Amino acid sequence: MGFRKTSVWHNVDWITIVLYLAIVIVGWGCVYSAGYNFDNASIFDIDQRFGKQLIWIGICIITAMALLLIDSDFYQYFSYFIYAIIILILIATIFLAEDVKGSRSWLTLGPLTVQPAEFAKFATALALATFMNSYNFKLFSLQNALASGAIILLPMALILLQKETGSALVFAAFLLVLYREGMSGMILYSGLLAVTIFILSIKFGGVMISGTTSFGEVSIVVLTLLSGIVMLWMYQPTKGKIRILLLKIIAFFALVTFLLVLTPLKISYAIPGYACIAVCALILLYYAFLDKIRDFGLIGLLMACSIAFMFSVNYLFYNVLQPHQRIRIEVLLGLKEDLNGAGYNVNQSKIAIGSGGLTGKGFLNGTQTKLKYVPEQDTDFIFCTVGEEKGFMGVTIVLGLYLALLLRLIALAERQRYAFGRVYGYSVVSILLFHITVNVGMVIGLLPVIGIPLPLLSYGGSSLWAFTILLFIFLSIDAQTKPSY
Amino acid sequence: MRPNELINRRTVFQTAIVLVFIILLSQLFYLQVLREDFKKFADSNAFLNRTIYPSRGMIYDRNGKLLVYNRPAYDIIVIMNEIEPFDTLDFCHTIHITKEQYINRIKELKDRRKNPGYSSYTQQILYTQVSAEEYGILQEKLYKFPGFYVQSRTIREYGDSIGAHILGDIGEVNKRDIENDNYYVPGDYSGRSGVEKSYEEVLRGEKGVEIMLRDAHGRLKGRYENGIHDEDAHAGKNIHLSIDSELQRYGELLMKNKTGSIVAIDPETGGILCLVSTPTYNPNLLIGRHRGKNHVELSKDPAKPLFNRALMAQYPPGSTFKPAQSLVFLQEGAITPSTAFYCWGKGGRPACHPHPSPISLIPALATSCNVFPYFALRIVFGNKTKYPTIQDAMNSWRDYMVSMGFGYALGVDLPGEKRGLIPNSRFYDKIYGPNGWKYNTIYSISIGQGEVNLTPIQIANLAAQISNRGWYYPPHIVKEVEEGQLDSIYTHKKHTLIDSKNYEAIIQGMHGAVTEGTCRGAQIDSINVCGKTGTAQNRGEDHSIFMGFAPMEKARIAISVYVENGGFGARWAVPIGGLMMEKYLKGSIPENRKWVEEKMINGIVKTYGF
Repeated sequence: MGFRKTSVWHNVDWITIVLYLAIVIVGWGCVYSAGYNFDNASIFDIDQRFGKQLIWIGICIITAMALLLIDSDFYQYFSYFIYAIIILILIATIFLAEDVKGSRSWLTLGPLTVQPAEFAKFATALALATFMNSYNFKLFSLQNALASGAIILLPMALILLQKETGSALVFAAFLLVLYREGMSGMILYSGLLAVTIFILSIKFGGVMISGTTSFGEVSIVVLTLLSGIVMLWMYQPTKGKIRILLLKIIAFFALVTFLLVLTPLKISYAIPGYACIAVCALILLYYAFLDKIRDFGLIGLLMACSIAFMFSVNYLFYNVLQPHQRIRIEVLLGLKEDLNGAGYNVNQSKIAIGSGGLTGKGFLNGTQTKLKYVPEQDTDFIFCTVGEEKGFMGVTIVLGLYLALLLRLIALAERQRYAFGRVYGYSVVSILLFHITVNVGMVIGLLPVIGIPLPLLSYGGSSLWAFTILLFIFLSIDAQTKPSY
Repeated sequence: MRPNELINRRTVFQTAIVLVFIILLSQLFYLQVLREDFKKFADSNAFLNRTIYPSRGMIYDRNGKLLVYNRPAYDIIVIMNEIEPFDTLDFCHTIHITKEQYINRIKELKDRRKNPGYSSYTQQILYTQVSAEEYGILQEKLYKFPGFYVQSRTIREYGDSIGAHILGDIGEVNKRDIENDNYYVPGDYSGRSGVEKSYEEVLRGEKGVEIMLRDAHGRLKGRYENGIHDEDAHAGKNIHLSIDSELQRYGELLMKNKTGSIVAIDPETGGILCLVSTPTYNPNLLIGRHRGKNHVELSKDPAKPLFNRALMAQYPPGSTFKPAQSLVFLQEGAITPSTAFYCWGKGGRPACHPHPSPISLIPALATSCNVFPYFALRIVFGNKTKYPTIQDAMNSWRDYMVSMGFGYALGVDLPGEKRGLIPNSRFYDKIYGPNGWKYNTIYSISIGQGEVNLTPIQIANLAAQISNRGWYYPPHIVKEVEEGQLDSIYTHKKHTLIDSKNYEAIIQGMHGAVTEGTCRGAQIDSINVCGKTGTAQNRGEDHSIFMGFAPMEKARIAISVYVENGGFGARWAVPIGGLMMEKYLKGSIPENRKWVEEKMINGIVKTYGF
């Protein structure tokens, strides 16, 4: 053991560390720029955010070194313990935290305020990795699948109770880990399909192509049928007979629809489509029982569910979502223009990024960010500073650094000898990917506003520290289980 | 699950990640490289171009006396979100407004329809142009009114309170001004009348601009790049008038309680020495907070004090027209200085004043004989070899008149000058038909009645060109623009169509009018004065008119005086003209003439209609 500890510095993946440091330094520059004022104080003034961030960077480097020196077995042995502690803290936070803009997620510890939700990510990753590393673990066993789900859902639910929807959504990223470990791709696909149906029915539900038929309905029917056929072909390529049967049924109903269009009947042209989906789903379920082929049943269910989901979208949208969430989505989909209200942030952030042009306005010259037109510019909207001051070249470099980091981490995860390291590694990749995609997507107007930070770049001690811990635990595991050459 | 599928998932993962990054970069490429408009949005967000106002040029008289200058005035500024509860009544009392006015004004400021630039973080102008006294008291109490500030600006001050029609005034620009000249933005001031208007572009200078950075709340955050893109303001140029402010003041004094005008010109340069139009007003009424109210009152006054009679009133010239006619007679060879006509005196047609008969040109001018020009012009019109038709004769006559500056505006550098009326043949053709008129139809033009109309300044200009023996510079009010040039029309001599030798007899006649004729009231000791009275018939009492110049040999002043409804020329216009010339040439009025001066100053002439 003693020998291995001294060789940690030799074995650790320096490429990742260099990428990590590069991003952190860029981030500090952005925080400095975002907080830069025309009557600014010293760079090292700890009252200023860039001063505080510098202290946090120091703390993170010390933490990182400590994590690398800890024996990797420690993480595995104590993973459930760490998870349990974090769960308890999350529960305590619900009751102890003060209300900050409607969310109860910040704990005050003396001079520090920390957000326990940030630390739940690595704790969950550790617990999941340990669980999936256990002897006899099979994701296909219902018991194991449910237990894995519970490990992920428990912190997620607690964070939702803290009214931190954004942070809670991050735990959906663990689905990607499960996918890598063998979960059916159909589940990911269903998620994607659900989002598509949601968008189609919100945006096009009211767009009529004839008196009684909306474009939303028709497109969802077509999408559902197409999904069913493609999945059959992908998952059961040998069962050509059933595929052909379904295609015949679809052709029949297409003819019915065509005839319906010719008649003067005033009913929705999507109705034959619904009937078609119902018939297809029933046939698939029948064969699922007959031939004991589970995929048939799943595909049939998926088709039925997507139509059921379509009919419940309106209820979800108007009754389950909070008004501020609803309006963010409406603004994103272009259904509402509210540049002074809900659309203000994104509009100003697009102006900031768009005005940067190809090469940017130059460091500290961004007017949109300096003059506070972009809110939360050093936390959730930090990417604007890069876009405005460094232009398209700058954002390409920053995204390039992230992409390199993610691809490097996948390479590291794949070389792990045990499931523990691999699952943990993929958890790191998935969480980072989710954060980057959602944050950048929001800032440039591709995704609705969901307040989560850009990893390692946004201002905020909790976030920076938590991402450092998340990453360096993996580097520590990697360095100590690396095959010796 | 086949084992190779799990290995494939690594590739799926990597591909998906690269795909996501490509999508993000595509949108960024679209926003940053393909779309051009964001840069503009960002600039209009962040930059506030703050105008630096130049100081307006000052106005001096011909002797360097300062007539118009800038005085500090104070605007009360408010920043709404800095206001704390305060003693509203005390505040309103200090700046002399009622509490209701204050409440209404605040409501107005907050109304974004009326005040689109409103922000509770930025300065809003609560009241403009508070007086220095109000400012003094407010300044001491300002600590009690947080959120209120005082900002100084400059307003015009008309030092001597004279020459309102010359100096004019400045006022806020209207929508049309802004459309016509993109120099202006709402809230700017520009000259509305007088020299302030006609020399607006010289006086206003050039605005500068300061580029300020403005944050999301509208607060200013300093200069953009330390002001390297800023532009300095350039002060307006100073103007020196040809006006003699002493003479102007004296003229306004003499014309007190009379309606009319005095125009005096320096014949050598065409510079206007004074331009009096009464009733007049104090130019300082039209500055500051009360400009609007005062302007309405002045424009409603039935005596029309805003009307500049010297340039805009068009009267029949009466007998002051006779010297101009006599010049035509001589030039046309219709008479010689010794030609004499029988005059039947009073009671004839046209009626005449008592004088010896027959009478020649010089005494006819001195006694203002009406018959002499009647006969003489008949000879001009009767020259069938030169003028086959009466139309030819009429148009030739018109050309002479136009060459003397009649019938068209002289081009005075003040707004609103009228052209008067000199009829031509078409004018009468229209009224009577081409064959419907003959000399006897139109003979009254020979004595300055009938259709002929002149402005007082055209008469003064007639006096100037006679004294110059045949030329004049178009009259102008500005002598010099500092670091600038005078319009070239004022430096190019204009010659009349009359040979200069023909002037001597006319000048003799006008001298005779002063020594022994109708203008004896205009005599000045030891100076040879020339003059001509006029009495223009109109509704009610006749207008009393005088035209003259002095000294006869080389005139330094040429003048016209109009006293509306003043009766005979000799009654008001002649003595006033005499006093004006004496005042200008000698500097003061001698003791033996003080009684005339007093009589004129104290005289009241009621105008027809009041």
